[in-house]
Amino acid sequence: MLRDITLGQYYQTDSIIHRLDPRVKLVATIAFILSLFIFDGVAEYVIAALFLIIMIKLSKVPFKFMVKGMKAIVFLLAITIVFNLLLTPGEPVFTVWKLSITKEGIRLAAFLTIRLSFLVIGSSIMTLTTTPNQLTDGMESLMRPLKKIKVPVHEIAMMMSIALRFIPILMEETDKIMKAQMARGADFESGNFIKKAKSLIPLLVPLIISAFRRANDLAMAMEARCYRGGEHRTRMKPLCYKKRDFAAYAVILLYLAAGLMADRLVKMVVVLL
Amino acid sequence: MPIILDKVSHIYEADTAMAVTALNNVSLVIPDGQFIGLIGHTGSGKSTLVQHLNGLLKATSGSIYFNGEDIDAEDFDKKRLRSKVGLVFQYPEYQLFEADVFSDVCFGPKNLGLTKKEVELRAYEALKLAGIEDEYFYQSPFDLSGGQKRRVAIAGVLAMKPDVLILDEPTAGLDPRGRDEILEQISKLKKETGITIMLVSHSMDDIAKYVDRIIVMNKGSVMLDDKPTEVFKQYERLEEVGLAAPQVTYIMKALHDRGYDVRIDINTIDEAKKEIMSYFAKLSAAKRGR
Amino acid sequence: MGIIKVKDLIFEYIRRDEEGNVEGITTAVDDVNLDISQGDFVSILGHNGSGKSTLAKHLNAILYPTEGTVWVDGKDTKNDEYLWDIRQTAGMVFQNPDNQIIGQVVEEDVGFGPENMGVPTKEIWERVEESLKAVGMYEFRKHSPNKLSGGQKQRVSIAGVIAMHPKCIILDEPTAMLDPKGRKEVIRAVRALNDVEKITVILITHYMEEVIYSDKVYVMDKGKIALQGTPREIFSQVERLRELRLDVPQVTLLAHELRQEGFPIAEGILTKEEFAEAIDRCADMI
Repeated sequence: MLRDITLGQYYQTDSIIHRLDPRVKLVATIAFILSLFIFDGVAEYVIAALFLIIMIKLSKVPFKFMVKGMKAIVFLLAITIVFNLLLTPGEPVFTVWKLSITKEGIRLAAFLTIRLSFLVIGSSIMTLTTTPNQLTDGMESLMRPLKKIKVPVHEIAMMMSIALRFIPILMEETDKIMKAQMARGADFESGNFIKKAKSLIPLLVPLIISAFRRANDLAMAMEARCYRGGEHRTRMKPLCYKKRDFAAYAVILLYLAAGLMADRLVKMVVVLL
Repeated sequence: MPIILDKVSHIYEADTAMAVTALNNVSLVIPDGQFIGLIGHTGSGKSTLVQHLNGLLKATSGSIYFNGEDIDAEDFDKKRLRSKVGLVFQYPEYQLFEADVFSDVCFGPKNLGLTKKEVELRAYEALKLAGIEDEYFYQSPFDLSGGQKRRVAIAGVLAMKPDVLILDEPTAGLDPRGRDEILEQISKLKKETGITIMLVSHSMDDIAKYVDRIIVMNKGSVMLDDKPTEVFKQYERLEEVGLAAPQVTYIMKALHDRGYDVRIDINTIDEAKKEIMSYFAKLSAAKRGR
Repeated sequence: MGIIKVKDLIFEYIRRDEEGNVEGITTAVDDVNLDISQGDFVSILGHNGSGKSTLAKHLNAILYPTEGTVWVDGKDTKNDEYLWDIRQTAGMVFQNPDNQIIGQVVEEDVGFGPENMGVPTKEIWERVEESLKAVGMYEFRKHSPNKLSGGQKQRVSIAGVIAMHPKCIILDEPTAMLDPKGRKEVIRAVRALNDVEKITVILITHYMEEVIYSDKVYVMDKGKIALQGTPREIFSQVERLRELRLDVPQVTLLAHELRQEGFPIAEGILTKEEFAEAIDRCADMI
């Protein structure tokens, strides 16, 4: 049942991408996503695709794991395509009844599909090659400047990491409570929406009570181990940049530059030929 | 209503790299009216086994028959099975959710679609059988002590009027008196209703006193299935799999090893006391006779 | 003064009904005195609700006395200045193994305490290694806590406390949710800490077999210390323990029952060897 769901889709293997500092991967992912929205032309997208393919190869993660993430957005993608195809004004390619598919519509739909799927695959590379722990560490470190404007950076990172630790425990607990109530004849499947929602009460009440009890216990355990927020804290695994991380930053800059100058590059190639 | 398990296997996450065989070819007959102890250490498959008996888990292979009917058949009513085979999970008090004790116990029979009167009658009977006094009926279950909460949770299953009652570690986390009280209550319940009871436990000491059959699980298979005295005779095999005979058995064995001619197939303090006393009676009679 | 000294401790809390009105006052700990020497193994027994956990929470400044005083290593727990010193001196392990592990990897969890204390990175690694070795969990250092058994999780929690280099470790029913195997693992680890590392141990439990090896046993009831003494002295009082909702090891009980039948067996038999010797003496007397 619920225990089958695996969260934090980290794929364990050893690759150059896995070994990169999480901060590099976070920055790279953000840069890549931004590039997808700035880019606007076939040449640019070819460069993005090449970049993505190289990264997938380097990460040693089987491609099917990347595509897994796509399933979640298939519905969203379908809607986007339909709306863009039908509702973009311009030069009609063919018309059915009052709806017409335009040249501009096709172009827009194609670009959006590429953008969304590249976006999902790009961020999958990050989550597949970075443990949740490294991710929170990386975020905490990158967001550190925000502390100056009173953003509780350490607390946010700590909350995320605790949430990640407890998700599997609460999943298992949900499974257990569900079974226990089913043993008392509860039915979580049949009935209309209202009946279904009502049937969740015997599941949710114990689950929430348990979550609060766990939160209380954990807070006490953390205090007993001298936890007092981010001040005075040292790190067991501090983040520190290696040579490869600087090289990776350089690669990202190169990619952005190449993308932004794609048009000129194409012209140069044409002239040279 | 007897339950028959025919070569039941269960594999978690079959077809993946993480497949774990939790039950391996288990065949068992559970006739009416027995008091059974199901023993095994954590991970031996006992929790997986009991969840098959009321259809919460489906066997990967093999069949389970309840009263002669295959429970995995298309037209078999699983909800009815769950009312007939009551399962009380570990720490059942964590599943209480209603505002008062009585309403919580009503949850089960209400799901069976009974009339309000019948539901309340059953809840009342169940609470009485579980040993809850009237004064607690309209209190919040969350204000009760640990032992009382557990009784309420057991009543919640009893209210389904099961023919078979399975309790998974009903004494976990209770203090010694709380443990004895729950076990006594279950034993009393057995005497009053005559239903089949299966007690899942790690502790031989707890169940030696009550059950008339012990099933020992190890690595997903049934390792021993016999009367308590027969099972405890094989204490060396029990030790190999991280279990043990009751402490009393070892005490009697220690005496026997010192040359005392006492029986060692003894599992309760009372039996041990009688055996030692009769041994001494014989001893002094022999000395006087000389 | 010992490592932990408790003088005239009273802890009260106010019960409120659903509307928040005061219903009454519950005295969870009632006039308790303790004096625990460095290096001792002390057990606190008591049924559920006897106040033993509330008492334990005073020993590392999670709760503060309503009246009376608690000193940890000579420092008054009421004094905020010493709060972190006290929590470092007297480490605490709780009942539920799932609710006290913070890290997603075993070694990171053990490092959590030293990180909070501001220990330099290199030393954290040394402490994590020695602590995990002390409880026999070093080979699991890269594992996720979710994949461990209950006994293993509790040993990780103990390692997490030892990594803070405490003088004293308080275990609040560490075995209540474990199976017999896990219980043995944990008790063995705790005894080793006491024997080898000379860490003072305060073990709170309701399992009788676990207290046999302690230097001193306190039995609590209704917030008060009802009995105190060596394990043998405590287990000599079978009937009194039953009144306190506790029991005695099976061998002690059998000896007691035979004594009731007129056998000349001393009270407080703790092992089957002692029992067999007592039976030898009975046989000789016939």
